[in-house]
Order: sequence, then structure tokens, then C-alpha cells
Amino acid sequence: MNGIHDLGGMHGHGPVLAEVDEPYFHHQWERRAFSLFPALFVGGHFNVDEFRHAMERMEPAHYLQASYYEHWIHSFETMLLEKGVISAAELRGTAEPTRNSVAAPVLTLDMVAPVVQTGASARVDHAVDARFAVGDQIRAKNLNPTTHTRLPRYVRGKVGRIEADHGVFATPDTMAHGQGEQPQHVYSISFTALELWGEARADKVYIDLWESYLEEA
Amino acid sequence: MNHEHDHDHTEPPEEIELRVKALESLLLEKGLVDPAALEALIDTYEHKIGPRNGARVVAKAWADPLYKRRLLENATAAIAELGVSGVQGEDMLVVENTADIHNVTVCTLCSCYPWPTLGLPPIWYKSAPYRSRIVIDPRSVLAEFGLTIAADKEVRVWDSSAELRYLVLPERPAGTDGWSEEQLAELVTRDSMIGTGLAKSPDDAP
Repeated sequence: MNGIHDLGGMHGHGPVLAEVDEPYFHHQWERRAFSLFPALFVGGHFNVDEFRHAMERMEPAHYLQASYYEHWIHSFETMLLEKGVISAAELRGTAEPTRNSVAAPVLTLDMVAPVVQTGASARVDHAVDARFAVGDQIRAKNLNPTTHTRLPRYVRGKVGRIEADHGVFATPDTMAHGQGEQPQHVYSISFTALELWGEARADKVYIDLWESYLEEA
Repeated sequence: MNHEHDHDHTEPPEEIELRVKALESLLLEKGLVDPAALEALIDTYEHKIGPRNGARVVAKAWADPLYKRRLLENATAAIAELGVSGVQGEDMLVVENTADIHNVTVCTLCSCYPWPTLGLPPIWYKSAPYRSRIVIDPRSVLAEFGLTIAADKEVRVWDSSAELRYLVLPERPAGTDGWSEEQLAELVTRDSMIGTGLAKSPDDAP
């Protein structure tokens, strides 16, 4: 979707303000919010694409004003409500919490270290033919889905070069909407500053894009 | 300004604090989260995982040419040799700074960042100013970090839009011949592995 999250190339957001010796968390509530992500993920309540898409659907002004972990809380609430894991009345405290009829896995203490060390790769062990090869000129399609995509606006319609084939990965556009992995190749693609921004400087942007976002140039 | 400190300094809880508390309490009551696991997750990412891991990777690559080759060819496996792996680092790539190329990483669509090697990202990395500007105007952003890149040097911005996570291998500082990996690691900053900084010079080392 052409959401507020798609920030690449925008003007007007001001200088980058880096904090010296920044702590990982600034408030206790941020610690609490952070810890819910791995726990709910392992619980199978959402995948990372659903998680991102729920943030992208935030009201744009709120997205920009809210702090980072508030995005997460918004996403957790949105997904858990939409999937019926919690009810709005339970969340408001106007109904007694009930145990869900379908038991979900719970991330327990003994699972934390192995989960943190292993993670969950989106790489799919599945033989899929590659349509493009290193060195090919491609054009990023001019796609404007209202659903989730990882094709940012700033590369749409632009011509780039395939620099590497990363192999086969699940497709976020379908994963975010319950339509499965639909495995396909992901490529590293370079775009020149001239192509993206009309500026003849030596610089390039390299971005990872799924094959279905690309066409021959 | 002189005012009497006789009042209670406890601020009223903010709305977001209450929201988090409500959600966490509900999930606990429904038996969907284990409080001991939540505490362990916080402890892990606050105290056990951070840019020291990435610094060890960089220092080893500087000291050991064969390791550097493995790192550039298969970063995930080479990083795992040092016992570093996992969430948000499942598929890693390392990009090398050279005399001709300066690399810098971003996630314009969200906040993708290599947690096992760098820890959780700083606020500025996840914020609108950095995400919007680094792709269109990298040189002025880098200048705000105190980095001036020569006009004939290519700035290569890596937008991690997919599930690959990037670590920049900074250039080894001059004057470090014969240094041990432990000494070299002290020169590697978080920002040098994002690409918004350089490794420290021996003069800046503790």
C-alpha cells in the first residue's frame, strides 16, 4: 500500500537526531512492548509480514507522531483483535478475559535462548527457476496495490541492474494476507542516483526486490 | 528558578503505558504469554546482544584474510562461526568499504536491522528523517554524522527491503599493524557497521 511508512526519498522530516550513548529502552513500557513481539510470534499469532502491514495501516499522522514501540503495540492490538485472539471488550476491561478455545503455543523460558539463536528464516527450500540473471537490466514495475508490498514507491518504474540472486524466499505480499508463501527469487538490484533522483553523482541505491516486482527493461 | 521540591515527582502514567499494561495483563490472564520468558527476552536484548558481537566479526575479518573471504562469500555462516546467529540475522550479508566505495544501510519501509551483530537499532535509525533522506541525499546525512565522503567515491546505500540483513565491514584504520583481534575490536563502533561512521583510529582508542 502507498502508506505513510514508505518514506524513502521524502523531504521535510528534518535532521537526523542521534542520541549519544542511547540506551536500548527509554521507558519500562518499551521493554514490555518489545518482549511481546517474540512471544506472540512464537505463539503463531502472526507472521512478520502481517506485523508490518498492521503498522502500515496506522492513521498517517499518528504513525509519524507515535514512538517506535507504540507502532508495535498498535500492530499487536490490531492483529490480535482481527484474528479474534482477544476481544475489544477484554482489552477495554469491560469483559472478563476468557481462555481461547484453540490453544496457542506459548513461548516458555526454556525456549527463549534457542529461539533467539535460531530465528526464523524467510528463505524457502524450494526449487524455483530464476527469471533474471546477474547483469540483467530490469525495470521495477509500477505497482500500486492497496495491500502489503515491499516495493517502495521511489524505485517504481525505475531501471536497475541485477547485482545478485539471493535465492528463494516467501512473498510478503501474499504472506501478509493469508495467501501462503508463494516462493520466488529475491534479487539485489542497483539503481543509480541519476535514475532515481536525476542527479549525476557517483552514488547508487542497492535494494532487495522479489522477482514479481520486476520486468525486463 | 527556585521552587520547593516538596511535591511528589511521580508523573501520571502516560496513555501508552496503560495500553501496554492492559494488553500484557490480558495476554497473561489468557495464558498466551509466560512472564518468565518475557523477562528473559528483555534481559537478552538489553544485556547480552549488541554491537560487541559485530565488532568481533569485523576485527576477525581485519586480522584474518581467509575469514574475511568467508565473511564476504557467506556472511551468515562466517558470523555463526563466532557463535552469533538468530532472530533478524537469519540471512546476513556483509558489504565492504574500500578506497572507492562507502556503504551505508537503511530500511526505508520499517526498521530492519541485524540484531545478532548490532543489537536493537537506535531510534534515529527507525525514524522518518533517516529513512526518508539516506536514499535520496546520503551525503548530507553522512555529513550530519561527521562523515565527508569525497566526490569521486561512490556512496552505496543498502535498503534492506527483504529478509536479508546487512553489516558494513569498515576499512581497517591505519597504524594497527600487528594488533590483536581484541585490540582491533575496540576500534569498531556500531555506527561504523551501519555505515554512518568510520572505525576509530588508534589515537582514539582507550
